[in-house]
Amino acid sequence: MAIAVTVNGQARSIDAPETATLLDALRNHLGLMGTRYGCGLEQCGCCMVLVDGQPVYSCTRELGTVAKRSVTTVEGLGTAAKPHPIQQAFIDEQAGQCGYCLSGIVVSTKALLDRTPNPSRADIVAALDKHLCRCGTHTRILKAVERAAKEMRK
Amino acid sequence: MNAPQLPGSLVDNPRLDRWIHFEPNKTVRVATGKVEIGQGVVTALGQIAADELDVPLGRVTILSGDTVHGPDEMYTTSSLSISMSGGSIRLVCAEVRAKALERAALRLNCSPDDLTVVEGEFHQNGQATGQSYWTVAGEIDFTQAPTGSAKPKAASDYKVVGQSVPRIDLPAKLTGAAFVNDVIPKGTLHARMLRQPSRGATLTSLDEAAIKRAAKGELQIVREANWVAFVSPVESVAQAAAAAAPQHAKWSNVQRITPPQQEAQWLEGQPSEDRTIGAPAPATPSRDVVTITVSRPYVAHASMAPSCALAEYRDGHLTVQSHGQGMHPLRKNLAIVLGIPVEQITAKHLHGAGCYGHNGADDAALDAALVAMRLPGKTIRLQWRREEEFGFEPVGPAMLVTLRVALDGKGRPADWTTEIWSPTHVQRPGMGAGYLLASEALSNPPPEVKPTDPPEARGGGGTRNAVPLYDVPAHRILHHLVQRAPVRTSALRGLGALPNVYAIEMLMDELAARAGEDPVAYRLSIMSDKRARKLIELIADRSNWKARGSLGNGKGLGMAFARYKNTAAYCAVAAQVSVSETVTVEKVWCVADCGLVVNPDGCRNQLEGGVVQALSWTLKEQVTFDEQGISSIDWERYPILRFSEVPEIHAEIVDGAGNPSLGMGECSVGPTAAAVGNTVAQALGVRIQDMPLTRERIMAALLKT
Repeated sequence: MAIAVTVNGQARSIDAPETATLLDALRNHLGLMGTRYGCGLEQCGCCMVLVDGQPVYSCTRELGTVAKRSVTTVEGLGTAAKPHPIQQAFIDEQAGQCGYCLSGIVVSTKALLDRTPNPSRADIVAALDKHLCRCGTHTRILKAVERAAKEMRK
Repeated sequence: MNAPQLPGSLVDNPRLDRWIHFEPNKTVRVATGKVEIGQGVVTALGQIAADELDVPLGRVTILSGDTVHGPDEMYTTSSLSISMSGGSIRLVCAEVRAKALERAALRLNCSPDDLTVVEGEFHQNGQATGQSYWTVAGEIDFTQAPTGSAKPKAASDYKVVGQSVPRIDLPAKLTGAAFVNDVIPKGTLHARMLRQPSRGATLTSLDEAAIKRAAKGELQIVREANWVAFVSPVESVAQAAAAAAPQHAKWSNVQRITPPQQEAQWLEGQPSEDRTIGAPAPATPSRDVVTITVSRPYVAHASMAPSCALAEYRDGHLTVQSHGQGMHPLRKNLAIVLGIPVEQITAKHLHGAGCYGHNGADDAALDAALVAMRLPGKTIRLQWRREEEFGFEPVGPAMLVTLRVALDGKGRPADWTTEIWSPTHVQRPGMGAGYLLASEALSNPPPEVKPTDPPEARGGGGTRNAVPLYDVPAHRILHHLVQRAPVRTSALRGLGALPNVYAIEMLMDELAARAGEDPVAYRLSIMSDKRARKLIELIADRSNWKARGSLGNGKGLGMAFARYKNTAAYCAVAAQVSVSETVTVEKVWCVADCGLVVNPDGCRNQLEGGVVQALSWTLKEQVTFDEQGISSIDWERYPILRFSEVPEIHAEIVDGAGNPSLGMGECSVGPTAAAVGNTVAQALGVRIQDMPLTRERIMAALLKT
């Protein structure tokens, strides 16, 4: 069964069951590896994507529920050659150690800054608190978000 | 003439071509046996090579963790990568640079001293000569052993080393595929495991039909004895099979463990191998003895990704791609288990999520290899489930540390005994102490081995950092290496350093209090090491130590110091907390002396990361057990520090002052834990000696006062 979803601005037709997870569809059907598996339990945030601009745990979200909707992953924000300002801010702050948690955090950051272009530190912490980072890069990540917000307001 | 003392890695890999290869496109490939685990080492090693060769960093490719072309440097552990691998690469590059200039000088009919190297090109009198590494590489015999005879550059000539070069791997990690988990070629078969619940457990029945029904798709079950894997071209099918399998499997001879075994206190009196190291016991025992006992429970590595590996057995050759910490040891260990010659195996490193030590990575590699051997010609991708990573990875061992210190007339330590109860801190396969997990489930499981700990010469395991750096006339360690732990234990960042430093530094505060002295002043009064003194003074300055007394109710400022392994980086930490029912860490200052720093920002990143991890271990973390085994199998049952709990952190590295590079990736964990312990003690008025410093322990302590 083919399910129509717009992914990163492109109309896609995904040949997977309605009950397949969005994470599975993105990685195994569309080859978009930027969205990651951490726990499959909505506990870590590694799998975060945007559905119609809202952060969603792709590890549990069923593909059928995003039919005809718009999904955004990190690949839709920018590339290594041409990063989105959020990704660039993370590079500028060197906000990463192993890097595994980052794509989920970048996605949540996009949703935050779309909603709140001038977030306070508390706003940022509240938006990112659902994300785990085991390496302990939190302080740099918060600085990166502040930096991205500043850049994007220009 | 005496040959220079070569670093161990050069002795172990006595061919230049194991280390360096000039590529046709004017790039140079420098190889290392060390691997990137999120600490930035691959970038840093590139910086060392770029400086020594005078080739732009962008044209240096680092080949890391490759058994075909790269050197065997064992594991990436113990904070030795920069000194050992970096030191080796520096010498190799200096030697190759000298050889290349010799060859070029012959062609140019000049002296090598007339030549300079600019971006890999050889210049004479400020002009390009047309000669370069690439024109003369063919004339150099790279099969020769490195001699270490060419003098590397002076630190004052470094252009790249000492710069905060951005991490070369970070952009990919922010924008798409970047990890071992992300390599899924067309036709890959996905695999998941049914884990043997404990060593010796026997699978008495497996309802394959029920598992296939639950999997709802194309599924193959591969088995041998007590080892079972589920394989499907569809990942969710393999995942569903593995999720359903435990309820359709019956095991006998399963080891039961009990919740009390999850506490460090259980260790005392367990069968152990005992030894005493250090000064003999005093002839006349003193009567003025201060005793303190601290404990740390089992702690998980808790990687953000479950372990994963790729394996393919094709044309009689097995290729494994893994995020383990040592590819050459992995290759040898696989050869032993699989019963095939090591020459038939290739192991290559791909980046994984942070492991912080010996987690499930090597075990996942064996799992994948076992499937691959049974399905030749197929690419197998095996990933552990989240519950499996928490439930079956080796964990950081629990420790009970008792200090008994006799004081002199001035209230200073005169005689000091450290007694440690702890299981082994290293069960890496191939070092005589442990096995790849699945090997125990196969038809001929290897015999149980007696656990060992790393020797003192390598920094020790449970005894790591047990010897205080302070001026103590007599010190001894009574080490009880507990022979049987309820769960598999192995290396976690810092090994025994965190509990040992917690104990030493809590004692220092206690002795200062008894002497009626300031904790910083007390430490300085018994510390001769100049670099240590400098950091202790600096942390006091940065944390505004003199205003400590006026912080107010429920607030505290505490500090701690240690030199990792007493041979690696120095680090002092101060923490400001407020305590009501829980501990809120408001600010942490961390200062370190790492000698020559290759990448300052990379170093600071590691200091900060170590601080956060240690805060998380000290305040929150404990592996829990139920009868089946580890019960803390997801992030709710094993909470770690969150964004809302991370304090302001100020990390600073002091000038290296011409000293050699010191391993620093683990140096902040012990002092951070101890600083928190000391701070909480100041805020509460009573010391909490058992980690983690949970709400229950704080309430109990508050009730006592």
